[in-house]
Amino acid sequence: MISLQEILEKLKTYDGRKLKIMEVCGTHTAAIFKNGIRDLISPNITLLSGPGCPVCVTSAAYIDRAIALAKTPQHVVLTFGDMLKVTGSTQSFSEAKADGAKVEMMYSPFEALEKAKAHPENTYVLAAVGFETTAPVYARLLSRAIDEGIKNIKLLTDLKTITPALDWISHISPSIDGYICPGHTAVITGTTAYSQLAKKHHRPFVVTGFEGEHILVAIYDIVCQIQSGKAQLHNLYQNAVHVNGNQEAKALLEKYFDVAPAFWRGIGSIDQTGLFLKEQYAEFDAGKVISVQENKSCACGSVMLGQISPNECPMFGTACTPTHPQGACMVSFEGACGIWYRNRR
Amino acid sequence: MNVHIEDKIIMAHGSGGISTKLLVDEVFAKVFHNETLARMDDAAVVTVDSKKLAFTTDSFVVKPIFFQGGNIGKLAVCGTVNDLLMMGATPKYMTVGFVLMEGLPIASLQEVVNAMQLEATAAGIQIVAGDTKVIEGDGGIIINCSAIGTIEDETIIGAAHAKPDDVVILSGTLGEHHATILCARMGIQNDIHSDCASLTEMVQGLLQNNIDVHVMRDVTRGGLSTILNEIATASHVTIEITEDDIPMNADVKAFSDILGLDPFTMGNEGKMVCIVSQSDAPKALDIIKNSAFGENAAIIGRVSDINIPKVLLKTRFGASRSLEILFGEGLPRIC
Repeated sequence: MISLQEILEKLKTYDGRKLKIMEVCGTHTAAIFKNGIRDLISPNITLLSGPGCPVCVTSAAYIDRAIALAKTPQHVVLTFGDMLKVTGSTQSFSEAKADGAKVEMMYSPFEALEKAKAHPENTYVLAAVGFETTAPVYARLLSRAIDEGIKNIKLLTDLKTITPALDWISHISPSIDGYICPGHTAVITGTTAYSQLAKKHHRPFVVTGFEGEHILVAIYDIVCQIQSGKAQLHNLYQNAVHVNGNQEAKALLEKYFDVAPAFWRGIGSIDQTGLFLKEQYAEFDAGKVISVQENKSCACGSVMLGQISPNECPMFGTACTPTHPQGACMVSFEGACGIWYRNRR
Repeated sequence: MNVHIEDKIIMAHGSGGISTKLLVDEVFAKVFHNETLARMDDAAVVTVDSKKLAFTTDSFVVKPIFFQGGNIGKLAVCGTVNDLLMMGATPKYMTVGFVLMEGLPIASLQEVVNAMQLEATAAGIQIVAGDTKVIEGDGGIIINCSAIGTIEDETIIGAAHAKPDDVVILSGTLGEHHATILCARMGIQNDIHSDCASLTEMVQGLLQNNIDVHVMRDVTRGGLSTILNEIATASHVTIEITEDDIPMNADVKAFSDILGLDPFTMGNEGKMVCIVSQSDAPKALDIIKNSAFGENAAIIGRVSDINIPKVLLKTRFGASRSLEILFGEGLPRIC
């Protein structure tokens, strides 16, 4: 058994070939930043922040559509707090709210049930954004709304799945040597898909938790695998993540959602990564959003794929800042550009 | 910093972070400009007939008006008194303006008023004038308090007075008030209570014992990160703090981890940062720890001799990262 101190020492003094490791999930990015992990490892190991922050990869067209709904009489849009400052093509939710749009911050999607019952004259539109961790909550909400005969709730979905996105990234960015995979989505999905990815792309995929220690051990595991020529799925979060995931949650997703291509802000459309309401639940569907790459000078895609540094984007720090973000990576506290911006002083 | 203000008021303008600073700088400070205001301390220090006074005003809009550990009235008096105390003043007189919304139960208002008198008595301040207005609304209350206190001639305390080698003391754990209000809004029941309190005893203890206090700031909106950055900017120094030394409430930490909130940017209503000379630090810590609401106080860092306005946090793994002023609102994340 190796101690954390020894792991820190080995990661600091690593002098093998230069490695690029992507942490996929925004919560991992935040934990790496919070614990100062980049300072603790060898300059030969580069950590790349992947597209796993759902808020960051939500398109401007989606925000525009949600704001348009919030400005429609008798419509209220419910959203999580971190969506409020994401800009659409002209406004963020915060700015639209100041313009009279009815946007309310929710802490749990289930709040919609009480609101919908108390105000039958309003339609409550949930900005349903998130990955496999969040999607089952919306499925459960619908099942409760149906059971309770509530008709005035709708979902504006931009729900995404992460493993097909990783397949795409591995294919398009072969220079990435290994992946730190999100523990909480794996709680739902299980690890089988990650095993298949490891095998297909010959890269280590390591599922881990969100404490600094978890991430350091995952990086160490990836480095060791690479040094010994291995490319396997390792589950370092076994207390929470099981090989088959959460069957009940997966069944809910299958019952309510179809899989189709989804648009990722900064990247574009990726096959098999979107969850959209099935036809038979159309009465709960607030509509489909057609997204296109909105800002041609935004280089978020290249940042997220580790091809350029944030400061190499022409908009970085000028047109695009944390208070007025243009691109995916500046939007969230967890985005690579936001982190660079806040630390450049 | 390359940021500009929005066309209309948005909620982030009230966060206490960078958006609030922009609003204050761009709309108010450049019009109301004068030397006293430009210091941007918790209270203005003015001289009337050669007598030094601290003068402050603050408005309170918290919802819900009753929460675990207090109510809007207690909060208003404590918050206003603390702003005077942070300048080293002895609180003397307070005025209170009430904006009452249609439908507010008189019994609730009475409870709020009773709490105010209780806190005022404890802090030794008299409420000497008031005003009421009634507006349409949802039964809520908005309270504005203004207050004055006296300052001894030799007392020079303010955000601009941190010096190299000074020691940074935090009077207790972070984030309780913020977490309490969020829990109340989310309908979550737990043991987290607002830390809402006036810091009279600890501040008077420091002053009466002639501790060489350079800066005091209560840790309110924007949290520890924001106020340390304000001090670093005003004093033109780098402040270094150590994560392992920062007192944390386990319940608040667990709650903020789940919601993706950062206790460093969460607000308190009964905690302060106190920056003192190195030689007086042990005595100052002892006084604070033995005062009401100071039992968890700790030395969390020092002022370095680098004259770049910055706050550095040494993480528990020994890495160093900069702590930033709050951007936007401190809101829960999805993941």
